[in-house]
Amino acid sequence: MDASPIWLSLKLAAVTTALLLLIGLPLAYWLSKGRSVWRVIIEAIVTLPLVLPPSVLGFYLLIAFSPQRGFGKWLNEHLDIQLVFSFPGLVLASVIYSLPFMVGPIKSALQQLPSSLAQASYTLGKSEWETFMKILLPNIKASVLTAVVMTFAHTIGEFGVVLMIGGNIPGQTKVASIAIYDAVESMDYATANTYSLLLVVFTFVIVTAVFLLNRNKAKSPLE
Amino acid sequence: MIAIDIHKKLKIGKGWSDLHVQLQAERGTITVIHGPSGAGKSTFLKVLAGLIKPETGSISVDGDVWLDTSSRIDLSPQQRKAGFVFQNYALFPNMTVKQHLQYATNDAAWIDELLSLGQLQTFADQKPDDLSGGQQQRLAILRAMAIKPKLLLMDEPFSALDQKTKADLLAGLKILWDKLQTTVIIVSHYPDELKDIADHQLYVSYQ
Repeated sequence: MDASPIWLSLKLAAVTTALLLLIGLPLAYWLSKGRSVWRVIIEAIVTLPLVLPPSVLGFYLLIAFSPQRGFGKWLNEHLDIQLVFSFPGLVLASVIYSLPFMVGPIKSALQQLPSSLAQASYTLGKSEWETFMKILLPNIKASVLTAVVMTFAHTIGEFGVVLMIGGNIPGQTKVASIAIYDAVESMDYATANTYSLLLVVFTFVIVTAVFLLNRNKAKSPLE
Repeated sequence: MIAIDIHKKLKIGKGWSDLHVQLQAERGTITVIHGPSGAGKSTFLKVLAGLIKPETGSISVDGDVWLDTSSRIDLSPQQRKAGFVFQNYALFPNMTVKQHLQYATNDAAWIDELLSLGQLQTFADQKPDDLSGGQQQRLAILRAMAIKPKLLLMDEPFSALDQKTKADLLAGLKILWDKLQTTVIIVSHYPDELKDIADHQLYVSYQ
């Protein structure tokens, strides 16, 4: 069995999760601070990948990344970057696709903290940054962990978006979910079964681990 | 000397009520505020701390202007550094008793003095979840005092304490307030309990 699709899936999920943690924390914090029209609109955009068919997202990304026109052409000509059918393109698509899984739990955890916690910190003379790092973040640790793991697991499970913009290039874009599809297409059920079983066991183990870690912290393991 | 004159619109049910409070108090005095629930007592304290913006008004504390809407001066809560005891305590679940005080001040001797005032020395390494309601309330008071504020704002600060604990704590606090010349404003549902120490009484009601 060729193990590279499994490794590629893990690598994609790790890079995506790390990037999303950097993007998701400030974005979730900003969204948690109010209900202005702008926040609602941005939140709707962040949530879209959750409800849209992955093929829709994949289709638009394919158009956007296309080296023949627009943004993709500019990237290709000026920065020599081609996003379609490449690993960086997969990462960018995964970041967009998994955004709600990172932002959602963190935002709702921040909103559930009493507003007086941050206020108490401000009256002690502490800045917004210090308050976030020392008061808010430590008190939503369980939810951040959940968000990280759900993002990771969700990226591992990606299929439609990857198929649309990544294709099926071994070592580049052929992740585990694509390899399974590919194996089934060529009637190689044994390989499909091996990849599938590995994914089932792997995702079961990490999700169970999070539920165990969070068992005393959150009311529901998905919080 | 503090001089306060603020107007703030409050939403009550489907209508609006106007909160208008004027207060002048000498430095080091204690003012007790009472009035019906929902009249805006807690809001008033938050306006003083800079946590809520009033429509118009002015606040000056010991000669420093904290707020003057006519000349667009509005200091942030961090610049005002008013001591604030929240009605729900607002303790930090991730910090022990001692860490709460260390977050507010670097002065180790002062932290020890505060712990002994609140009789929390033996609970220094406990987190809020492991404290009784009365202990949590005392910690909230100690944390607010830790920054040695010029103005101390307390929202129902003794509601969870028994008579003896409350009397002991108040006696200790009174000594500190006199020494530090802290100006104190206390919101209380039972103003009679504090009438012995109150220099001013202020009644806040609907308008």
